[in-house]
Amino acid sequence: MIMVANVAEFRAGVRDTLPLMLGVFPFGLAYGIFAQSVGLTPAETIFMSLTVFAGAAQFISLPMFAAGAGLVMISLTALLINLRHLLMGASLVPYMEKLSLPWKAFLCFGMADETYAVTISRAQATGYSRDYHFGCNATGYVTWAVSTVLGVVLGSHISDPLAWGLDFAMPATFLALLIPRLTDRTSMAVCLVAAVVSVAAALLIPGKWYIIVACLTAVAVGAWMEGEKVDAV
Amino acid sequence: MRFEVALTILCMAAATYFTRVASPLLLGRTGVPRWMTRLLKHVPTAMLAALIAPALLAPQGYLQVGLGNHYLLAGAVAAFMAWRRQPPAVTMGSGMVVMLILRMGGLGL
Repeated sequence: MIMVANVAEFRAGVRDTLPLMLGVFPFGLAYGIFAQSVGLTPAETIFMSLTVFAGAAQFISLPMFAAGAGLVMISLTALLINLRHLLMGASLVPYMEKLSLPWKAFLCFGMADETYAVTISRAQATGYSRDYHFGCNATGYVTWAVSTVLGVVLGSHISDPLAWGLDFAMPATFLALLIPRLTDRTSMAVCLVAAVVSVAAALLIPGKWYIIVACLTAVAVGAWMEGEKVDAV
Repeated sequence: MRFEVALTILCMAAATYFTRVASPLLLGRTGVPRWMTRLLKHVPTAMLAALIAPALLAPQGYLQVGLGNHYLLAGAVAAFMAWRRQPPAVTMGSGMVVMLILRMGGLGL
């Protein structure tokens, strides 16, 4: 049922996603290490990476586990942190419409910031491909799993990989994806609005809400600017 | 594996999967209206900018605009490389190298 039909497309997905994994790997390591320090067992730590597969939600759950927070509190926090997936998923709908239900359900599981960004960039540039999407997801999933396991193993040897400046790998990864998208006035305005609003909101609102607030504001500005353009013609 | 911890992790997984699958499954049946397509076109750009800007401008949780902010300096170098149409590996590599040099300078190595 879930089988790769076009191996070349799958490989292309893997190839385009791999460079970005440089930004994911340190976070998987760090997660594996921190999870040990708050008292999760190696099995629990790895189980979470395999089933949840969402860096931010997993990180934030750690201090909550340590503080003895309950099931409802921890799951609700995961839900809130990951609400941005709703927007990402909605923007993939036109491309995934024709897929069968099992494929939709399967490919949705692998949606993360990086795999989504690579998939949608390719879809908007040259067209959507299911196997390419699968290649992106598989690369992200395997990287997250392997780096978590390595973090668990290294747990007692490295104290804090983020102190080495490795946390810069994440914004650097996203910059490599963002800058090529800024091709006209509208996209630059969307970027600028998102940047300003996200910084302001990150400073004022607790949690990860700043991503959703900034994204909605910037997207509305982009749609409004495009509406003006259409009306002018 | 402790039972309550495993159960909590499974609930986290279910909540997260819901956010991923809800839009493609629910919107898939009705189709996406045109006004929404116009909005959604800009989601990737907005999302990436919203992830990057706070990480570079407020890495410690407060606004830091100046030469003391290594993230901002390294980010500027990486952004410049990307703007000059360098491949992703060069963009990220140059930023990482600048970051490492600044870190080592800061530690007095």
